[in-house]
Amino acid sequence: MSQLNRLTEGGLIDRSKPLKFTFDGKRFDGFQGDTLASALIANGVSLFGRSFKYHRPRGVLTAGSEEPNALVELRSGNRLEPNMRATTVELFDGLIATSQNRWPSLNFDVMSINSLLAPILTAGFYYKTFMWPASFWEKVYEPAIRRAAGLGKPPEGFDPDHYEKAFAHCDVLVIGAGPAGISAALAAGRAGARVILCDENPLLGGRLLSDMQHINDMPALEWVRGATIELENLPNVKIFRRMTVFGLYDHGVYGAVERVSDHLDTPPPFQPRQRSYRIIAKRAILGSGAIERPMVFGDNDRPGIMLGSAIRTYVNQFAALPGRRAVVVSSSNDGLRTAEALKNNGAEIAAVIDSRNGDVIQRAFGGKRVQAIQVRDKNGGIRMIECDLVSVSNGWNPSLHLTCHLGSRPVWEESKNAFIPGKLPQGLAVAGAAQGNFTLQEALDDGLRAGNEAAELVGFSPINFAVPSAEPDKYEHKPVWRIKTSKGKCFVDFQHDVTDLDIELANREGFKSVEHMKRYTTLGMATDQGKTANVAGLAILGEVSNRSISEVGTTIFRPPYTPVTLGAFAGHHTHNEFRPTRLTPSHQWANERGAVFMETGLWMRAQYFPQYPGENWLEAMIREVKVTREAVGVCDVSTLGKIDLQGEDAATFLDRIYTGTFSTLPTGRVRYGLMLREDGFVFDDGTTARMGENHFLMTTTTAGASKVMAHLEFCHQVLWPELNVAFTSVTEQWAQYSIAGPNARHVLEKLVDPEIDISNDAFPYMACKSISICGGIKARLFRISFSGELAYEIGVPNRYGDALIRALMKVGKEFGIIPYGLEALSTMRIEKGHVAGGELNGQTTPLDLGLIKMVSQKKDCIGKKMSERPAFLEPDRPVLVGFKPKNRTTKLTGGAHFLNIGAKPSLDDDQGHVTSTAYSPSLNSWIGLGLLKNGKNRMGDTIRSVDFMRKTDELVEICDPIFLDPNGERLRG
Amino acid sequence: MRIPCPFCGERDSQEYAFLGEAGLIRPDPTADDAQKQFHDYVHIRKNTAGITKELWHHVHGCGSWIVVERNTLTHELFTSEYVSERLRELSK
Repeated sequence: MSQLNRLTEGGLIDRSKPLKFTFDGKRFDGFQGDTLASALIANGVSLFGRSFKYHRPRGVLTAGSEEPNALVELRSGNRLEPNMRATTVELFDGLIATSQNRWPSLNFDVMSINSLLAPILTAGFYYKTFMWPASFWEKVYEPAIRRAAGLGKPPEGFDPDHYEKAFAHCDVLVIGAGPAGISAALAAGRAGARVILCDENPLLGGRLLSDMQHINDMPALEWVRGATIELENLPNVKIFRRMTVFGLYDHGVYGAVERVSDHLDTPPPFQPRQRSYRIIAKRAILGSGAIERPMVFGDNDRPGIMLGSAIRTYVNQFAALPGRRAVVVSSSNDGLRTAEALKNNGAEIAAVIDSRNGDVIQRAFGGKRVQAIQVRDKNGGIRMIECDLVSVSNGWNPSLHLTCHLGSRPVWEESKNAFIPGKLPQGLAVAGAAQGNFTLQEALDDGLRAGNEAAELVGFSPINFAVPSAEPDKYEHKPVWRIKTSKGKCFVDFQHDVTDLDIELANREGFKSVEHMKRYTTLGMATDQGKTANVAGLAILGEVSNRSISEVGTTIFRPPYTPVTLGAFAGHHTHNEFRPTRLTPSHQWANERGAVFMETGLWMRAQYFPQYPGENWLEAMIREVKVTREAVGVCDVSTLGKIDLQGEDAATFLDRIYTGTFSTLPTGRVRYGLMLREDGFVFDDGTTARMGENHFLMTTTTAGASKVMAHLEFCHQVLWPELNVAFTSVTEQWAQYSIAGPNARHVLEKLVDPEIDISNDAFPYMACKSISICGGIKARLFRISFSGELAYEIGVPNRYGDALIRALMKVGKEFGIIPYGLEALSTMRIEKGHVAGGELNGQTTPLDLGLIKMVSQKKDCIGKKMSERPAFLEPDRPVLVGFKPKNRTTKLTGGAHFLNIGAKPSLDDDQGHVTSTAYSPSLNSWIGLGLLKNGKNRMGDTIRSVDFMRKTDELVEICDPIFLDPNGERLRG
Repeated sequence: MRIPCPFCGERDSQEYAFLGEAGLIRPDPTADDAQKQFHDYVHIRKNTAGITKELWHHVHGCGSWIVVERNTLTHELFTSEYVSERLRELSK
């Protein structure tokens, strides 16, 4: 069987390029230029899928993106895509398509028994049938429904293809390249405006590709060809094919997706599958055309019943004849056009049923393919007509979706029997059929006018040129919303299996508002969003509730116009590229040493440095802490935020930002600083060094770096613009290492240039200085300690970061230096009771954290006043404590809650929670920090640490949060 | 949404961070009812449905804090200016 229904000549397919493809495993041939639907039609296939609810056989209804029925799974493996409309899938060699929603096969689907259950599957059946008992919903009903209903299935693995995101800017965006769009693009482009013209199809021309019309006494396609060449040669015009503008957003922003490689088997090298755009357009012209309406009659979903416009597309554009003996049903003069196209290409016209003469189609017969129809003439006479194709034309619905995306509703235009755009979004004009101007001449005129206007509005002078002239034509139409005398199921929404009786039922049960009816019946809620269904649904609701269509009104359209794959929205932001990864200056060196890394925010930081293969984190941490506390360790602390502040008011500014006073800090000294939010809670902490009279270097927590920067900008620009201070983030400009341990000074002495004195007297605890190392490399030295040891932080310009860590390891070798990672860093800070992420959780105050001494009582600062709220002073507030398990080898868990012995776990009895835990090599015990109610007065108490998630319930003893060297003798050594 | 920045020109809204109502004056901490005033300053907002003045931070741009006048019902945008007079003078 090879393309039995392919016409021997005509069409826009390339017969010299045959393509092979499979549908449900069966091999077929087609041609370059085909869609999957046209190729299957050429091969005599009429059954494409099964319907959503009743599993009825379905064929192709349309030839475009509005298709409700012919949904297939495309490709295979991880490239599989469900719910692809066969009508828009361009054929390529080796294409694999599979029908959906049927089991075990398309021809024999056991779920079609649902048709017999139709009485209970009516509108609202989800609500009615499965209301009780509630526990049945998750376990019984939902899985059963999901198996039976639903559309295609997504692939299981990761999509191997790439997607991109891009911006595009233009003066005039023209959406749709039919006669109106081309005409508009020509006008605006000739005037000199920067134009983007896009169309969802691979070919420009819109309906002109399907209807053999004439422009300027030439075949219309000649005009399209000429216009395309002209537009392509205009440097200010860019044409995007295969691009759908799916959404209109505020301020002239349009969402679009370009299917770069969907028409190919796999994307070419370095090409994405799709690219999503934000187009920023000063003006836009919507020339999206219109979608033909089907007709609501008995069993109107039988394969072989198609829109007249689609039949003309298949015959004229694709040279595929969808049937041999056709009945043409129409309520407009479109019927004749279809009949002519069929007749000219060898099909027999069994009858033309024009409802304007009083004849109507009542019912279709046939299972997997229409075999006959029943007609009732104006005198009530019934007759049967045998056929294998039924063409229906019932007027057009303007594709005005984008005009609604900002909330405007379409208005019913009685003279056109259609909804036309209501109040238009700023910057948008509508031309041609999308405005309800359905004839070719109107489209050409509208487009030209809109193009000229748009060009003028953005500052260009339109060029006068002759309006292309089309053949005389008139749109005559009297819609038939449903044939009430029909027997059988009369589908309104094909994709969601909604019938006219469902709408009646909804109305009868009180769902008279269009929004209620939509949700009760699910009309228009499928992937096609009811493009072919909605208006008939509204008309029927109007009829049964004795209202006009304009009284019924319409639901609104929201983006996207057609489904957009999530990959296009994600672009490259997937997997490791989901967000940026920041590497520390010592990353490469640490990697060479076999460090184990962990994510902290965007940073990859060394968690620990295994000394031998298989050394686990705990063993490594214990070793790293011990060596650091006994000899010396080095740690990359470049991730801490660093902000350089300068200006004569820098000190004043810091006094207002920090709870402490920095104006009294001498040059060459460092001070710990605490920042509050204006509501009185602790915001961030860190040290700030005074490098000069008007020059400070602030550090922030790793996590808080960007928040603090934004906060400083706010304080300066919004609160105190009069202060003369400037600041910038230098986090990435400086590589910084902490060198900690009794031998730290010895190590540094080997590196600093000879004239630099770093003895305890010359460079005491909390000193800072600009120095040089390694023979003239500028560096900054700070004598600060997070670990509690004699410690320094040394900063060098980032480009020396790698060299410095290698140098430190080299000169430190004789002093027993080791690198330590985050685990050791964290353990040492817990041993010292320093607060960090767990304690700085946005719910703690300086008083809670035992840092009230850091709050100067002599001045105001951000958050000061609110930190004095009475509630913050209540003795029952949880405050920072340390604790140890009674059995010191018992592992403690962060997040556990404190309970008194014998108390029941309840909110009322909750005493607080554990914020940080670690195994302390210095104490040979697990230790922890926590926030405990009235904690100050509970030193020595024994309470429980209870963790329901990890099922632990341990006795712990409350102690001071500083476990080691409470007087700080080591760090001053 | 497109938001004009007085320094950078019109930019996509994703370059900005939103803070909230503009024009709040940080109270005098020495006032008798400073506690009450700070409470209102931190917590009480008009939450206008309609034309508002809002603070936006051009955080992925020049770092300017700007006041944007905009209609929250229609998203219509009217004006955008530096939050501080001082900066406006500097830009001249």
